[in-house]
Amino acid sequence: MSVTDGIAAILLLAGSAFVLLASLGLWRFDDFYSRIHAATKATTLGVLFVVAAAALRVEAVPDLLKLFLAAVLQLISAPVTGNMLGRAAYWAGIRLTPYTMIDELRDSGLEH
Amino acid sequence: MEIVTTICYAALAISAILCALRVMRGPSLPDRVLAVDTLLTTGAVGVAVEAARTRSGVYLDVLLVVALVAFVGTVAVARFIERRGAQ
Repeated sequence: MSVTDGIAAILLLAGSAFVLLASLGLWRFDDFYSRIHAATKATTLGVLFVVAAAALRVEAVPDLLKLFLAAVLQLISAPVTGNMLGRAAYWAGIRLTPYTMIDELRDSGLEH
Repeated sequence: MEIVTTICYAALAISAILCALRVMRGPSLPDRVLAVDTLLTTGAVGVAVEAARTRSGVYLDVLLVVALVAFVGTVAVARFIERRGAQ
């Protein structure tokens, strides 16, 4: 097992751990907005780690390009998804958890 | 490397189960959509782990397609929720 494979193994374990933590947050957190927070950020980091590990392991150059494309796609799509879902849910009336201290969007007086 | 990828697959399987439980439980439509999105991303990560295990990029197209479908589907349902409400 070479040094590159060792780094790839560490990246694989870290990425899978992050995806597992994201799902754990998705299952355990109180309200929808906390779940968005867990699902988008941690998943992005997990995908990036695992894609980096795969890029260290594959041999052909076109596969490297595909992995790079997957990483860029994840980096672009995760924030957009989180933003659109959160905005839609807020205006559709999904409640925040009762432990929420500040709701600036409500206090600002904006209407949809 | 086989041991590492087996551990990764186990973690991804637990992750997929947790996402599926959230899809079943809800309680609202955005929760389900977010859980399906995370479930698809977990599948894409599984494809990447497979590529790292076998050192071949045969299934990398699947990874790209799954990631794209997750993105487009989630955005489409988000627009739907914004217009019709989360029923």
